[in-house]
Amino acid sequence: MKKRIYSLAIIAAAILSIGSCSKSINDRTAELPALSPTSVDENAGTWKPILLSSASEFSVAAPGATTTPDYIAQLNEIKDWQQDISKEEESLVKYWGAGAVLRWNEILRTLVAQHNLPPYQNADGTYPFPNANNPLAYPLFPFANPPYAARAYAYVSAAQYDALVAAYYYKKLYNRPAPSNVDANIKTLLPKQSIASYPSEDAVIAGVSVEMMKLLFPGDQEFIQKQAEEHMRARIISGANVRSDLEAGMALGKLVAQKFVTRARGDRAGAAASNATQWAQMETDAINKGETPWISLELPKRPPMLPLFGKVKAFLFDSLTAISLRPPPPPATSSQKMKDELAEVYNYVKNPTRENIRIVHFWADGVGTYTPPGHWNAIACEDFLKKNFSEVRWARNLALLNMAVMDAGIVCWDTKYYYFNPRPTQLNPAIKTLTGIPNFPAYISGHSTFSAAAATILSVIVPERAADYDAMAKEASMSRLYGGIHYRSDCEVGLVVGKNVGNYAVARSQTDGAGN
Amino acid sequence: MKIKLVIIVAFSVLAKFSFAQTDVDAIMMNKNQFCFGPMYSYSSWDHYWEGTLKRNNENLGTVSTKMFNVMGNWGITNNLNLMFSVPYVKTKATAGTLAGMKGIQDLSIYAKWRFLNASIGKAKLKLFAIAGFSTPLDNYVIDFLPLSVGLGSTNGIFRFQADYQYKKFTVTASTASWVRSNVKIDRTSYYDTEMHYTNVVDMPNASQQQIRAGYRGKYLIAEAILNKWTTKGGFDITRNNMPFPSNRMNSTSLGLSAKYTIPAFTNLSLLAGTQYTLAGRNVGQSTQYYGGVFYAFYANKKSKPQPKK
Repeated sequence: MKKRIYSLAIIAAAILSIGSCSKSINDRTAELPALSPTSVDENAGTWKPILLSSASEFSVAAPGATTTPDYIAQLNEIKDWQQDISKEEESLVKYWGAGAVLRWNEILRTLVAQHNLPPYQNADGTYPFPNANNPLAYPLFPFANPPYAARAYAYVSAAQYDALVAAYYYKKLYNRPAPSNVDANIKTLLPKQSIASYPSEDAVIAGVSVEMMKLLFPGDQEFIQKQAEEHMRARIISGANVRSDLEAGMALGKLVAQKFVTRARGDRAGAAASNATQWAQMETDAINKGETPWISLELPKRPPMLPLFGKVKAFLFDSLTAISLRPPPPPATSSQKMKDELAEVYNYVKNPTRENIRIVHFWADGVGTYTPPGHWNAIACEDFLKKNFSEVRWARNLALLNMAVMDAGIVCWDTKYYYFNPRPTQLNPAIKTLTGIPNFPAYISGHSTFSAAAATILSVIVPERAADYDAMAKEASMSRLYGGIHYRSDCEVGLVVGKNVGNYAVARSQTDGAGN
Repeated sequence: MKIKLVIIVAFSVLAKFSFAQTDVDAIMMNKNQFCFGPMYSYSSWDHYWEGTLKRNNENLGTVSTKMFNVMGNWGITNNLNLMFSVPYVKTKATAGTLAGMKGIQDLSIYAKWRFLNASIGKAKLKLFAIAGFSTPLDNYVIDFLPLSVGLGSTNGIFRFQADYQYKKFTVTASTASWVRSNVKIDRTSYYDTEMHYTNVVDMPNASQQQIRAGYRGKYLIAEAILNKWTTKGGFDITRNNMPFPSNRMNSTSLGLSAKYTIPAFTNLSLLAGTQYTLAGRNVGQSTQYYGGVFYAFYANKKSKPQPKK
């Protein structure tokens, strides 16, 4: 009897402990305080834009005076909203109040993760290609793989930055006060900012982001528009902007975006998928050099991922510089060094430690994720939150990061297809990998190149974290060796190339007028 | 003398998470009787349901799970049994490049209480309440489906079961509720139907219904088993995406199970069975075979019942 009671007690305790477990999940960026910048960067209108010829390239009409009936009607619109604020509206204010650049970056990461899916094959073993003109037909456009994602992050961030530089120029020029400074009866649900409110920086960010994302994710317009609508509603409810602040910002954002859209349409990314003749030529070139050419390890064999992404127009340097950043060749596939490196890969995957598997999966950022560039955006944003940057400095720093990462991708892809080097598993099929093998040549490692570029520029932006970024980049790099995806040479040379590219972003950061 | 065995239904989903259950039959150990033994099962599939779409995957080929399980059942009283199982799992894909995983999976402990044991003419009706829990014994990889060792959640399991016997023919029906804890994965963010910036995954709860019917003799027990597993929530694998622990994994399977007690040496029993997945969602269409040997004895000889003449 005693035993019975004892056993029952154990089971009851176990069940109770499960029942009492909280199932709620706390996302790290779900409950953030409102953005309250240490410096408002009121002179950001003098910072150097990326594509705009000057901050005033696009004109913004002077706002109406705050004494006009039209303006008073807009104040009343805020009061009307504020009379009865629902829970949902309150949470919108809170969500967007954490920072517009942050939230639009998160929205972009969401779209990337949702679209980072390789198309399923046709019945005959060929593969369909996503079509930008028919984005909702399978395979959905785009396949947001790492190069595509790197470019998307760079364009959105760079365009946001230019649009904000323009906005800050006009803010200073027109110096329209915030609604709550005009009418004391306007409640401010977000921290009061000393910066002028016309044109609204939030609306500029929303406007530019909507236009850029329409280009990059043309099948997701409804979702994107909904975010913008909620964002603008949150601004009015919070008492931070009147409608004309938002309308001017939205219009400016869209104009600036057009400049980036035009650049994107001509940056050669559209031709990056290449064609069968060129794929065959790359294979032949490798054979002629006496090397074993890369072969797709997918079944059925999938065309290589964006072979001509290396020809895409970089943000930080011209095409000749891009080629000059290409590293020397990898060890010959027939060399003893390659045999040794292959043996090292096999040793890592033969009996992996749990810690190594953790590292592989932590950095894998494969199918269905926001990709390695997205991972570095997440890392950067979580650190930027602690820095209390202004919106324009957020945009500037993410633009530097994402231009570095995109350009790292360009040099990396150029290198991959120039050498067309096989994956470890191709040379030794006994190498089973701890994550999926990406469908492109090995040398150099994309993770290593992206990560070193990101770590290099982030170390300048958040210098107190420099040692951590360096360690993270190295871990991301080695994760590919531990996982059986890359040889040591791919990783080590990738880190060097990434750092070289990152230094171009560092150079820009020293001359853009923003200071660090 | 009757030797009562733990009968196992191992249920294998796309996840390759296979769990042995010792709680889904109507057979009880007598007081102070103890039974234990090893079980081996092999389960494999080459087709799976991506959401509701059935497909194969040339980059996986056939995915298999081998499971070696040590199980035991202890009769605390004639009407209350305590059971446990500890499986070791090894997974493999015959095609593609992904590495298989291996490791000790989840400890399960169940208490089975027979609260009604009534005769209605020539028939017998028994009712059971079963409660249990299972929890990972090792920090195995969760987020590497379909090759993960298990799904990693700690589970509370509550089952109600009715058993009806007329002469040698039996029908057993049960319904169970699984309460599953959140799990932690190795990455710090993931996308299910939205982006999550956390390593914690909310595992949807699940339910299980089972009907088994067949012959229950002195030495031979043979049954057909229909099993239905339903995940209460979760999401579908999107087109050509990877599976994820919190997918909505459903499956209906049909199996046969037989247990034979050796007449000349009734301490020893042999168990064998098979199970085939008829329908599913976000799971592999697995076929499973299992077999085991069990040894039963009385911990205390005095409590051994006198043989019936």
